[in-house]
Amino acid sequence: MATVEEVHEAAELHAQEGEPAAAHGQQHPIRIYFWIWGLLFLFSAFSYLTDFIGDSMLRWGLILLFMFLKAGFIVAIFMHMAWERLALIYAVLGPPLVLLFLIGLMAVEGDYTLLTRIDFFSEPPPIAAPEH
Amino acid sequence: MPQDGVSAIAQDQTPEGWRSIVSDWSADKQTFHVPWGKAMMWIFLVSDTFIFSCFLVSYMNVRISTTVPWPNASEVFALQAFGVDVPLLLIAIMTFVLITSSGTMAMAVNFGYRRDRARTTALMLFTAGFGAVFVGMQAFEWTKLILEGVRPWENPFGAEQFGASFFMITGFHGMHVSVGVIYLVIVAMKVLRGDYERAGGNYEIVEIAGLYWHFVDLVWVFIFAFFYLW
Repeated sequence: MATVEEVHEAAELHAQEGEPAAAHGQQHPIRIYFWIWGLLFLFSAFSYLTDFIGDSMLRWGLILLFMFLKAGFIVAIFMHMAWERLALIYAVLGPPLVLLFLIGLMAVEGDYTLLTRIDFFSEPPPIAAPEH
Repeated sequence: MPQDGVSAIAQDQTPEGWRSIVSDWSADKQTFHVPWGKAMMWIFLVSDTFIFSCFLVSYMNVRISTTVPWPNASEVFALQAFGVDVPLLLIAIMTFVLITSSGTMAMAVNFGYRRDRARTTALMLFTAGFGAVFVGMQAFEWTKLILEGVRPWENPFGAEQFGASFFMITGFHGMHVSVGVIYLVIVAMKVLRGDYERAGGNYEIVEIAGLYWHFVDLVWVFIFAFFYLW
């Protein structure tokens, strides 16, 4: 079994050969995973507790905040994105940003469908009698 | 500015910021300085992101457009514990189980790179075990809802689209977890058997399997927020 020092030495050797250390494995202290683990627990508990606030902008804002924090920590630390090169980070995180357009378009479309349905399902307005 | 060619090349190898992107993409060689398996897993995960986004966006669309009130998730998914209705109890436990499995997976990756085969295998099997527990709880949840009369086309709580969205989104996610459990068990067995020692002690496969697993956890974060809490 190789010790941590040996692995770090090997990574440094490779780095000296001109290749990034990332190509030879992501080595980070275990401590950081425990930290993120705890934070994810905490954020999940907080977002669960928002259930007791009742529907409001505050609640939805908090749900989104904790959601993005959790997602960010998972991608950055657990998936090691924080230590990757920018070329990979942007290639992975860029395309999903286009989804914001889809979300916006479908929200507008959903509103339109709702209004159409309300109009269709509601009582037809009485036809005004022609005046003579 | 470097004057001679040698230092220009040396500088070129470690540019920062946007310059690193330009140099990586214009190098006339591989763009991503990671093992090909890892690059392919990331590209697969990007495509998977789009699939799950389609489900969640269509869920948003039907929820906005229905004239019937949407079922209240914290009541639908409430469980009786010690005689009281606790909202979203099962979902909360499932969330914590999946987060814990992500933690053990991250540590398995770490021990993999240290070539500690016993610990890597054990942690990966723990991860797969938590995943199996998650799928089991999901099966329980599905059974409960189906017995209460929830169908993709109707349910006793409100808007019909609830059932279709629920079964589609959680079903597809559960399938991902199930596939992940199988994937992790296979890789764990190969680690234990020493297959990767023969390949020169290269344990990047553990990290690649880990990427998939963390992604499953990542998707659950969004499902938890939008489907269960919203």
